[in-house]
Amino acid sequence: MKRIYLDHAATTPAHPEVVKAMLPYFTGAFGNPSSIYSYGQETKVAVEKARAKVAEFIGAKSDEVIFTGGGTEADNFALKGVALANERKGNHLITTSIEHHAVLETCKFLEKQGGFKITYLPVDGYGLVDPQEVKKAITNKTILVSVMHANNEIGTIQPIEEISKYVKEAGILFHTDAVQSVGHIPVNVDELGVDLLSISAHKLYGPKGVGALYIRKGTRIFPFMHGGEQERGRRAGTENVPGIVGLSKAIELARQEMDEEAKWLVCLRDRLIQGLLENIDHVHVNGHPFWRLPNNVNVSVDFVEGESMLLNLDLENICASTGSACSSSSLEPSHVLRALGLPPEQAHGSLRFTLGRENTADEIDLVIEVLSRIVTRLRAMSPLLKIRG
Amino acid sequence: MRGGPTQYSEKVMEHFKNPRNVGEIENPDGVGQVGNPVCGDIMELYIRVKDGIITEAKFKTFGCGAAIATSSMVTEMVKGKSIEEALKISNRAVAEALGGLPPVKMHCSVLAEEALQSALEDYLNKSKGELPSEKVKSK
Repeated sequence: MKRIYLDHAATTPAHPEVVKAMLPYFTGAFGNPSSIYSYGQETKVAVEKARAKVAEFIGAKSDEVIFTGGGTEADNFALKGVALANERKGNHLITTSIEHHAVLETCKFLEKQGGFKITYLPVDGYGLVDPQEVKKAITNKTILVSVMHANNEIGTIQPIEEISKYVKEAGILFHTDAVQSVGHIPVNVDELGVDLLSISAHKLYGPKGVGALYIRKGTRIFPFMHGGEQERGRRAGTENVPGIVGLSKAIELARQEMDEEAKWLVCLRDRLIQGLLENIDHVHVNGHPFWRLPNNVNVSVDFVEGESMLLNLDLENICASTGSACSSSSLEPSHVLRALGLPPEQAHGSLRFTLGRENTADEIDLVIEVLSRIVTRLRAMSPLLKIRG
Repeated sequence: MRGGPTQYSEKVMEHFKNPRNVGEIENPDGVGQVGNPVCGDIMELYIRVKDGIITEAKFKTFGCGAAIATSSMVTEMVKGKSIEEALKISNRAVAEALGGLPPVKMHCSVLAEEALQSALEDYLNKSKGELPSEKVKSK
């Protein structure tokens, strides 16, 4: 049976063109970009071309893009680098309760080890941050605001431009984790009004283990890795040349295909949401109906638990994910779904399908059919159905 | 968010795919309900007792794959057992019978043990605290 992969927010397969572009840099063009001889210079040129391509795609200048070991590193870099470099100005950071763990855990670290104060802003029932709340949270000690562009679980897209107005007014640095949005919806650092922006390659058909941090010129930030002079001294370590070339190829392809792909994905997304609502009773959509990533479907299915649905889907070769505690070691359901105010049983009964360029309408229809069968079976063993009447 | 769990033993998957004894018993001799929606697991276990022997056991469970498999296994294990024997069934025994559980899923076997204990207590309360098996079985 063919696998139906609906977990593109977790990771995407590398585009064949991306792999093709990377291959020469493993063998023939393997030189160290820091070396003087031509082997090295060849790869240095490749890295700088890649930097220009990534920068152009997000409306930045080449020297404002630093390559990292992925999205998590970019988030760590932005938060720790800015917090520590601006400590004298203040010790207060503002973020939201629905950020990726790469941001949330970094904030917790800064609280515990660095003595920083962090405000975690709430969101509304759709997962939206209220720009007014950001404005209210700003104090004269605030040095950084970090609000994700699009949420990885529910796909809600934040009003970054609006938030930026208040942050800029106060003269504070603004970071956005754009790991889920770059390559999927338009991202421009000036339009968004951000000073720092995190990118990950493997969420847009690029390779794993590589990403980038956009740092607006003039931003006070400490280096993330100490060592050699690579990345203008901000991120030491020999460059991941194949990875960087792969990221830039993925960006080049996104530039060509993103708009068409988004239109197609919105069709599939709405077909899936509609199909689930029509074919299964007691299903709720999580996230925003309109301010939503083109590929994100997140639903809660009443009376059944997420992991048992996933396991059944997996038996039918369908890959998805859940915010249920039962699929994690923490025994707590997704912090994002809880922040929306979902009752615990609905958070436990959540399923996320994130679509990609290779998915078809037939696959969507099959998933709807298979899931309704699974839900019927699981509900027959659920004590909740009876308790709720 | 975490993806598809392939962390389970064959036995767990087998019970998950074909759970035994799903359902309720009408007018059961004992019923236990444990867990809560906050932690994402609820188990209900029903028993029928005849002459101090558990003749029938059924369950209804809201929970993950391990919760369903442990419910199924514990209902299989108690059938034909006396109340005293059933009282001795531990969560470890349930987990072992399933060929082991991942460490993060051991709490599911605890829940299964608790559901069983709670059903047995209910039975004992209904029969006024006497172990009927003491009357039936001569030592």
